[in-house]
Amino acid sequence: MNPRRWNWRLWTGFLLCVVGFASYLPFFARFPVTRDVPWVNFALLAAGLVLLFAGLRHAFGDPQRYRGKIFGSVFTVLGVAMAAFFCYAVFHVSRQLPASADAPHVGQHAPEFELMDIHQQPVSLAKLLTTPLPRTGASPKGVLLVFYRGYW
Amino acid sequence: MTEIETRGILPVAISVDSPAESANLCRKAGYTFPFLSDPNTEVIRRYDVLHSGGAANGHDIARPAEFLVDTSGVIRWVNLTDDLRVRARPEQILKAAEKLQ
Repeated sequence: MNPRRWNWRLWTGFLLCVVGFASYLPFFARFPVTRDVPWVNFALLAAGLVLLFAGLRHAFGDPQRYRGKIFGSVFTVLGVAMAAFFCYAVFHVSRQLPASADAPHVGQHAPEFELMDIHQQPVSLAKLLTTPLPRTGASPKGVLLVFYRGYW
Repeated sequence: MTEIETRGILPVAISVDSPAESANLCRKAGYTFPFLSDPNTEVIRRYDVLHSGGAANGHDIARPAEFLVDTSGVIRWVNLTDDLRVRARPEQILKAAEKLQ
């Protein structure tokens, strides 16, 4: 009896693709060094694909010794799909931002406003410009308006 | 953010989140600077930073943007990132802040 060997390349390759794909949002996106260019995720996906194709070569080239013609093909298709979707999301989707051509420019007056703070108190831009800094109590030299997506 | 504050700049965060949601975020992250709610995207539109349907559930939100305003109300620095994932690095803001004296 000649039991066929476990095709570790296919399993490891698929695992690397899954980790490379799924770890960006919950983990690597939190650090600017791995968020701006997700090089760790690219590396994991690339390594995963290399292993998957090597595993396929073994499965088809040496079917007496290695398993995996069917599940290996399925894994590889999924791995390629994950890598492709990841690249699409990183290079295309995250650039789909409005042009904001009418945003106020340097040198213009910042449009006035009044909005509620976390204590449900109305706060105006004029008031913010004279609000003491929380840590030092000093008068601010300026205000940095940080618009963010929300939905956290 | 603390480095911005030590340069004498008050950060003010604005989003569509409700005061309750922002209060929760501040408590968890330990933020002490103002968080303002713009649920109707009124001010977001005034600054032309609306991202129509930008939320995962299709709601309108703000696109990431920063405006540095001096004490006379004049805008001295604007950052409109063209990639959602790339945020302004603190160094860029600090350099702009140093020009305000």
